[in-house]
Amino acid sequence: MLHQYTRAFGHPPLVKILAQLFEKLLGQELDPMTNVMVTVGAYQALFCCFQAFVDEGDEVIIIEPFFDCYEQMVTMAGGTPVFVPLRPKAPENGKMMSSADWKLDSAELASKFNERTKAIVLNSPNNPLGKVFSRGELELIADLCVKHDVLCISDEVYEWLVYDGKEHIRIASLPGMWDRTVIIGSAGKTFSATGWKVGWTVGPNRLLQHIRTVHQNSVYHCATAAQEAVAQGFQRELMLYGKPDSYFVQLPKELQKKRDWLVQSLDAAGMKPIIPEGTYFLLADISNFKSDVPDVPNSDEPYDSRFAKWMVKNKGLAAIPLSAFYCGAHKNNYSHFIRFCFAKEEATLKAANDILQKWKQEKTSS
Amino acid sequence: MSRPVQSRRLEGVDKNIWVEFVKLAATYSTVNLGQVTALSGENHMLHQYTRAFGHPPLVKILAQLFEKLLGQELDPMTNVMVTVGAYQALFCCFQAFVDEGDEVIIIEPFFDCYEQMVTMAGGTPVFVPLRPKAPENGKMMSSADWKLDSAELASKFNERTKAIVLNSPNNPLGKVFSRGELELIADLCVKHDVLCISDEVYEWLVYDGKEHIRIASLPGMWDRTVIIGSAGKTFSATGWKVGWTVGPNRLLQHIRTVHQNSVYHCATAAQEAVAQGFQRELMLYGKPDSYFVQLPKELQKKRDWLVQSLDAAGMKPIIPEGTYFLLADISNFKSDVPDVPNSDEPYDSRFAKWMVKNKGLAAIPLSAFYCGAHKNNYSHFIRFCFVRLGVIIRGGLVV
Repeated sequence: MLHQYTRAFGHPPLVKILAQLFEKLLGQELDPMTNVMVTVGAYQALFCCFQAFVDEGDEVIIIEPFFDCYEQMVTMAGGTPVFVPLRPKAPENGKMMSSADWKLDSAELASKFNERTKAIVLNSPNNPLGKVFSRGELELIADLCVKHDVLCISDEVYEWLVYDGKEHIRIASLPGMWDRTVIIGSAGKTFSATGWKVGWTVGPNRLLQHIRTVHQNSVYHCATAAQEAVAQGFQRELMLYGKPDSYFVQLPKELQKKRDWLVQSLDAAGMKPIIPEGTYFLLADISNFKSDVPDVPNSDEPYDSRFAKWMVKNKGLAAIPLSAFYCGAHKNNYSHFIRFCFAKEEATLKAANDILQKWKQEKTSS
Repeated sequence: MSRPVQSRRLEGVDKNIWVEFVKLAATYSTVNLGQVTALSGENHMLHQYTRAFGHPPLVKILAQLFEKLLGQELDPMTNVMVTVGAYQALFCCFQAFVDEGDEVIIIEPFFDCYEQMVTMAGGTPVFVPLRPKAPENGKMMSSADWKLDSAELASKFNERTKAIVLNSPNNPLGKVFSRGELELIADLCVKHDVLCISDEVYEWLVYDGKEHIRIASLPGMWDRTVIIGSAGKTFSATGWKVGWTVGPNRLLQHIRTVHQNSVYHCATAAQEAVAQGFQRELMLYGKPDSYFVQLPKELQKKRDWLVQSLDAAGMKPIIPEGTYFLLADISNFKSDVPDVPNSDEPYDSRFAKWMVKNKGLAAIPLSAFYCGAHKNNYSHFIRFCFVRLGVIIRGGLVV
């Protein structure tokens, strides 16, 4: 039966274990049949949300920097994306910058809400910055959602990747938020198996019913065997929850080491890393390397994009320019950062270090 | 046609930064910290993202196969795209090409999702029925006896017509459109500059030595047709959810745009498995050991068994030329389920519900495959599926 269709809205063993898990995490009862729906990765979950809730004339608030598909999907649904930036504030005492130092301006955020606002997209932990929104920050967003009757599409795919003992707080657990939030998760990110393409939505039936409508008219059934595998993965994790053997304990532990290693490596090379509180991404300020890639006045292309292309071609080191995570109008606002991924084997990180150190030496000696 | 082939919803969402950066990393990088690859483990690449528009081994083998079947060169990167089942391929087509004001012709009876998807894309479905004509000499009816009326079909084409959906072999009837019938459709498509969305998921399930003809191979059709296929149906593994689209780049490019904005990557391992399945089949093509020879052979036996069984029972089966579905006329059993005048529900639907509850035998009412306005046109047929014939559950025969 693993080779034949399963239940279209989610393989029963999987939706049941997800409901169990989220009951525990949210502290409330969930019906696996109506409060959970499985999707082909979190990507399709996002797509279902925008298709389900966004019409022409609707505005959707997106916090910059953002995973680029949000803007595309809002646009394809006929909506208008409205952007509000996280603004970096250099920490005192010359400390290294952290993703926590990038914050929303409350007044600025509030100004983006109006009668046309349908939803806000929250991504915490955040790709590409690695920011893990604090309770205070989430309360700020929640208050505005409640005040303006706005939905929250909460992309929490990196929920298990938080470092330094920080807590991932689920906005759906805040007062007034369960009924207006769709939580999105990913087995690919949870189990470091992006090729499995199993995701989910969790939320109130009044919202999930419309997500089911989109799903049944676009993809309908998700692959059976992959869902069974994810269900079994979660069975194990629920038994080991909080224990040292839990993958949810081991993975962030292992990745925190790699984070710290890459941070040190970049710092030693003269790139200025921003220490991420979560995810397996971090940003680095490449200002010290600008002499390698001269500015081109009136170029259509943002500086960091040209820098990243030059770097991969000339240094063999691939990274993504931060401007990729901003809307067209804002692509030049933060144009000297690149995003690195550190969910890599040690050998790969060492090889990156070698490239960076060699590069630094070339600059110092030239 | 002065207006673009693609729908307006694709404006501004066709570009994707990852395409460029992934390519650069693949070409130049010795150390890729751009995106996640793999942490460790055997076959680790099978657990991570593959190419978004289709796992290279799979698109390559599909291109090889279809080059053979269509008799023309294909580029696996631009003429083939993998989807999450044929269902998502259909979705991509309607989203890519149908706008408000566009009409899409659907031949009844039809797989129900076509109407839903056209509607969701803002289009107007326009229905044209296959009409049954009883064969002479009291022979058993075949799916070939259900035909389009050429004048009626032609009358459905106008300047608002964007596409026609063709499903051959047809679910639920089992009809395999003949060359003449396909030429009729093709001529109208060419004359009116209309696209053809060709759902060929049952392409390997044709019986009695009949040939499945691909409309894309007819004159003037390659450039305006999207062929849709399904690994789930091809390999009898519906739970794998791997499908594909094959067509000209001018159409596939827009399907890629929808795909990259809705699902993006398809599961890697399943695509690798399907690629390996096709490797085997390409080697065995036309030979007795080929699954594409064995499956229809096995299913034809089951078809004939069910046909005989239904006939002996007094239900009047329509012998399908293809697929693993067949329709049966339940008129002789009407006394078991009395008519309810002014009922909202079509008769066959009430009959099917009564039958599963009282006889433990499950089948689908034919009215499920008609649009709302036509649900009572053919209300005394039910559809049986014979792919898993022989499975006895709870004392009832579930087909």
